[in-house]
Amino acid sequence: MHYLFEPGLFSSGPVRTALLVGAVVAITSGVIGVFTVLRGQSFAGHSLADVATTGGAGAFLVGLNQFWGFLAAGVAAAAVMEGIGVQRRRGRDVATGVVLGAALGAAALFLYLGTLRTATTGASFTVLFGSIFVISQDTVPALVASGVVALLVVALLARVLLLTSVSPDLARARGVNVRLVGIAYLAALAVSVSLAAVAIGAVLSTALLIGPSATALRITKTPARAMAVSALGGLLATWLGIVLAYDSYYWPPHGHGWPVSFFVVALVLIGYLLSYVRPRAKRVPRSPHEGVECSPA
Amino acid sequence: MFSGLMMNTWITASIVAVIAGMTGFFAVLRGQTFAAHAIPNGAFAGAAGASLLGINVIWGLLVFAVGGALAIGALGGEGRTALRRSRNDVVTALALVLMLGLGALFVSMGSQYAEETYADLFGEVFGISQGEVLPIAALGIVAAAAIAVAFRPLMLTSALPEVAEARGVSTRRADLYFLVVMALATSMTVPVVGALLMFSLMIGPAAAARSVTARPGTALTLSVVIALATVWLSIALSYQTNWPLGFFVGTIGAAFYLIGQAARAVAPHRAVAG
Amino acid sequence: MPLLTLDGIGVRLGGRQVLSDVTFSLEKGDFTGIIGPNGAGKTTLLRVILGLIEPSGGRMLVDGEPLHRKTLRNKNRAAIGYVPQKLVIDQDMPLRARDVVSLGLDGHRLGFGFPSRQRRELVDAALADVGADGYADARVGELSGGEQQRVLVAHALISRPKLLLLDEPLANLDLRSEQEIVTVLGKLAREHEISVLLSAHDMNPLLAVMDRIVYVANGQAASGPTDEVVTSEGLSKLYGHHVDVVRVHGRVLGVAAED
Repeated sequence: MHYLFEPGLFSSGPVRTALLVGAVVAITSGVIGVFTVLRGQSFAGHSLADVATTGGAGAFLVGLNQFWGFLAAGVAAAAVMEGIGVQRRRGRDVATGVVLGAALGAAALFLYLGTLRTATTGASFTVLFGSIFVISQDTVPALVASGVVALLVVALLARVLLLTSVSPDLARARGVNVRLVGIAYLAALAVSVSLAAVAIGAVLSTALLIGPSATALRITKTPARAMAVSALGGLLATWLGIVLAYDSYYWPPHGHGWPVSFFVVALVLIGYLLSYVRPRAKRVPRSPHEGVECSPA
Repeated sequence: MFSGLMMNTWITASIVAVIAGMTGFFAVLRGQTFAAHAIPNGAFAGAAGASLLGINVIWGLLVFAVGGALAIGALGGEGRTALRRSRNDVVTALALVLMLGLGALFVSMGSQYAEETYADLFGEVFGISQGEVLPIAALGIVAAAAIAVAFRPLMLTSALPEVAEARGVSTRRADLYFLVVMALATSMTVPVVGALLMFSLMIGPAAAARSVTARPGTALTLSVVIALATVWLSIALSYQTNWPLGFFVGTIGAAFYLIGQAARAVAPHRAVAG
Repeated sequence: MPLLTLDGIGVRLGGRQVLSDVTFSLEKGDFTGIIGPNGAGKTTLLRVILGLIEPSGGRMLVDGEPLHRKTLRNKNRAAIGYVPQKLVIDQDMPLRARDVVSLGLDGHRLGFGFPSRQRRELVDAALADVGADGYADARVGELSGGEQQRVLVAHALISRPKLLLLDEPLANLDLRSEQEIVTVLGKLAREHEISVLLSAHDMNPLLAVMDRIVYVANGQAASGPTDEVVTSEGLSKLYGHHVDVVRVHGRVLGVAAED
């Protein structure tokens, strides 16, 4: 264990903050990610993250804490996406993609202007790839609170959310306001993405959102169990990633340290690939957004 | 704006635009917009890795872009039902993110300056040397030829996959073929337009084109034309304001898309045979 | 000589015997319906004929020559025109009806396929044969289900097949479109002497045009003229439990007895 937990690991303030925030991020993303994958909205989730980048870059430009930028942009984008609606999957993907492109272009601009203004050069890296070791203490309560609120919203809506994900028409027939549920879900998603953006960067937040949940859906039989496994898997990946990142300070190239985001992403992917080793459990029904062809025999 | 140095920029960017227009047409047709986003990111990781190792950037670009394409094709599974697409999305998303993660790693390990990272992601057209134009042109020709040759099988497998299979045209192979061509195309563009914005150049013009016309040949041509217009405008504006090229590409691409949508909403929908 | 012969065809999928000992043949210009409940193996049977699934037993002959899955490109395969249930497209796809039909000529060949007068005439003729010339230039994603179906039939027709294979063509159509496509197909069979083989779970819309039926149930099949196959004894034997066949107002109904 000596080499895994290098000296100074647990006594380090930044590491303890990272572990706490990382835990909140992993659990929130893991739970919400299950619905994202069920709804077939992996691309939308990723686009949301990229649009959050714009917010983070914008916040950097005006000197605000990046989290608020991520959050504002994420919520706005979520509202727009729900407004565009769910019909015509490919049409939606293209629209999302175009918005994404414009948002990233704006992010490029903000980063450029911000770099001019503040004469710092590392901002691109932290906005895109995270800054979990340099989170300031006063933002921690806000981060934790946001995560808890998002989780509560999802917990309250869990059954309804599942119903609307699997069959929106059925939900409507039962009197569920599908639109409202969709908006609430996307808001929670925006929060989750923003949290992940702070930890491992907007662009990579998709890993924590989709990876553990896709893995969990492959190996469990019920959505509830999938959420638990997903949160746990994300947590493991995040904590292990933090530990390894700290350790990597002693690895080549010495004194540099590898980024946490890389470890988390790599671990998440390894987890997903491992799920292919076992035979699949009976599949949880997926959202028939484009109409699965039920051909006889 | 049209000095000798800038000529390289104009030429290179034009080649990139033509290829992006052609590749984007099929990416949009086949609903592979996500792959169009993921593969350039793979290229980004490759560029960072090559920079770290000190070898010519284009090798890193090619290896990672093509590797990413093959991974997406192989892991994504065959068939085009909704279930397959869902799994496809997950795999593509994870591959995309892994590429970026690797890129982050390489960047942090290497001595690459922040500006270079920024350029690889968001584009930096100015300062393309003579030596770089030739490989880009060569790759461009190869990619264009590859698409032209496979035009019909690609159309068939996109619209009528079952019929294609019955005729002995493997949709799996068509998928892989197209993804690799996309990888080739994007490995050229990362140094020029940036990984994150190559996507805009592929999707925006193509989406705009197909909103305006229903003829496949015309849509392909229009896709290229709009991509060229986007790039030319972006270069001119970027040159004048010093703002990043990627910003203009993303915004102008989106603008063309919106124009296309508006045109469709206004024009009559059903053409009667003449 | 029969155009298509299946002799003792069996199919094993996922460890399960899905079809066993399916035997029937059809002649030029025949209109044959593969009828059976959902999940009975109709689509599987069609996929075997198309060469997409390898049968676990039995043999298949087209024009008297045996057909193997490996020889996907042999000329006998080319004699079969396939009409899938629907197109995989969205509304915006830049393809007109005539483009889809044109793909039927040479969509599998490499290259662009430059427009020629000859090609245009062939496409126009195919569209006219199915009554789709009115919307030849319309975006195919905007056509109704019935209209798209006709375009798909034209696509299969243009390569002059001897046999037209349709996978559940009536499944998603409204009543009127259903009747229209059956009329079109019947005309093709009678006037152009193209054999038609299609699958459906309800035989009633087809009674007027069907020459023979292949009734698939319980992994087995019985074939012959409709009146001979669709009887209480015949279906009871297939299903393995008692079924009453009732004819009312020109319709055929199968009623399972309560045990």
